Amino acid sequence: MEFKNLKLSKKTTFVIWVLIIAFIIAAPSILPVFRLNLLGRYLSLAIVALGVDLIWGFTGLLSLGQGIFFALGGYCAAMYLQITSSSEFPNNIPEFFGLYGVDNLPFFWEPFRSPIFSLFAIWVIPALVAGILGFLVFRNRIKGVYFSILTQAALLVFFNFFNGQQKLINGTNGLKTDVTQLFGQMVGSESIQRMFFWFTALLVIAAWFFSKWVVKGRFGNILIGIRDDEPRVRFTGYNPVLFKTIIFSIAGGLAGISGALYTVQSGIVSPQFMTVPFSIEMVIWVAVGGRGTLLGAILGAVFINYAKSLVSEALPASWMFIQGGLFILVVTALPEGVLGWVQGEGPRNLLQRLGLKRKIETYPSLEIKNETEVLKNE
Amino acid sequence: MNKNTSSLLRLENITVSFEGFLALNDLNLNFKKGELRAVIGPNGAGKTTFLDVITGKLKPTKGEVFFKGKSLIGRKEHKIARLGVGRKFQSPRVFENLTVKENLEISVSTPKSPLNLINKKIINEQLEEIEHLMNVINLSKKINSKAGALSHGQKQWLEIAMLLGQKPDLMLVDEPVAGLTDEETDLTADLLKSLSGENTVVVIDHDMEFIRRLDSNVSVLNQGTVLCEGTMDTIQNDKRVIDVYLGRPEE
Repeated sequence: MEFKNLKLSKKTTFVIWVLIIAFIIAAPSILPVFRLNLLGRYLSLAIVALGVDLIWGFTGLLSLGQGIFFALGGYCAAMYLQITSSSEFPNNIPEFFGLYGVDNLPFFWEPFRSPIFSLFAIWVIPALVAGILGFLVFRNRIKGVYFSILTQAALLVFFNFFNGQQKLINGTNGLKTDVTQLFGQMVGSESIQRMFFWFTALLVIAAWFFSKWVVKGRFGNILIGIRDDEPRVRFTGYNPVLFKTIIFSIAGGLAGISGALYTVQSGIVSPQFMTVPFSIEMVIWVAVGGRGTLLGAILGAVFINYAKSLVSEALPASWMFIQGGLFILVVTALPEGVLGWVQGEGPRNLLQRLGLKRKIETYPSLEIKNETEVLKNE
Repeated sequence: MNKNTSSLLRLENITVSFEGFLALNDLNLNFKKGELRAVIGPNGAGKTTFLDVITGKLKPTKGEVFFKGKSLIGRKEHKIARLGVGRKFQSPRVFENLTVKENLEISVSTPKSPLNLINKKIINEQLEEIEHLMNVINLSKKINSKAGALSHGQKQWLEIAMLLGQKPDLMLVDEPVAGLTDEETDLTADLLKSLSGENTVVVIDHDMEFIRRLDSNVSVLNQGTVLCEGTMDTIQNDKRVIDVYLGRPEE
């Protein structure tokens, strides 16, 4: 797979951010409550997409198992909400335990009584699981397709495990959060949901700044080096295993935060978060938005999901075809994704084809094409 | 006779077997500190395999490699690189998506731990080193160009500069002049000559004119073992060498 490293120009980045922030600020007043809640959910998905971009777009690790970490974050948030809202139920434990005749709280629920612990658990637990899984895989130099298959297999293992644990985490039914209490109000209530919307929007921005910081300097350059020529990085004295483990762990942490925010805004976490198609969709968002651009991941996640809900309302059952078509279109016509296309030669080529812009006379050589790109970036 | 004290790298009875095929067959080589040495041999003689063994990419079936008195067998590639073994690959392998400067930053940065790279800025000393390297390879004007936009010759030189930036005690240079113009070839030969003395430089190549210009000792490999060693003149008059390599150009 050919990767081009696209650094969005400062101007493009700035313009896109102004538009995003303007839209976020305007959204609560122009969108009905139902739509606003959807937007909040999709914004939270942008955070897991940022992680996918870090590991795939920058480091070349195509993970098809980000759903694991997403769901772990969601479960951590839901367990906190359930355990702290269980005072009126028998034995002071969440209601669903009664269905299976469980009287004593399983031990791992205990720490989730603490809000501080829960706030950390949401990102630390997924990051740790990702770090351990990643270390074992990377240490054995498993990469490329084998890495992708392995992450998908891990996803299925987690999915089946969570599905079967009725007595621990309500199995396939998942944990509901909308009827739980937070700050003395129902989590599903409009005011709490609005608060989550703002909180999510802030965290998307923070996650973007954080990701930007990670890939900005020499650390990011090593990631790109690993993606393009891992043995070369090794022979220069760097240990790629450490770098890959760290970035995979960061992506896992971001996925956890994303999963928690998604859970509280959709009202439930369940093993459905760990289905195979959902994790593949995360990759599609990034591919469509533009790999290695960070901003493309955010835009891809929000727009594709918003389009999905609009299309599904108008033409039920047609979305899968549209999504498939979109992916084929991007892979064949816009391999750099939409933002990559905008940033590269795309718009000029299009105008030329339509006869709206004069062709620039150059030799059709690869090197000369690169030169012009370099000059433009300076 | 105490040749071990000045020895930097010693290969002892290295054998590499690929499912019965002996890529290296009881290979013995000794490199002195500060030496410039050319290694030549026909295709399949085991030249690149021998570099793979030293740099840790390949574990030999049998034998030992000593570098500064330490065994290299079983060490990971990055550990060997940190010990002071630098390698330049056959086709130029620079990071094409990074700029010339970023490529050199990767090579000069120490320590090479993720934490150091993520939260510290590159120190001035290393920036000066980069500037110096840019002058050595004449790429100062291209400092912010993507390495992928450089010409083939410039990439070769950038990779040599990256090798220098690692400050290795031993430089393993695999076909540094492949695809270079005659003028660039001469400049490269002079550069490598000037590096020896302080560094130990091992050059692998096919180009006889280039090897002659290096004016160094030459080891001829054939079928995974050393056929003969000596100056270029000795080599060119050796009947065995003429038989396997120089006389009959065969692939």
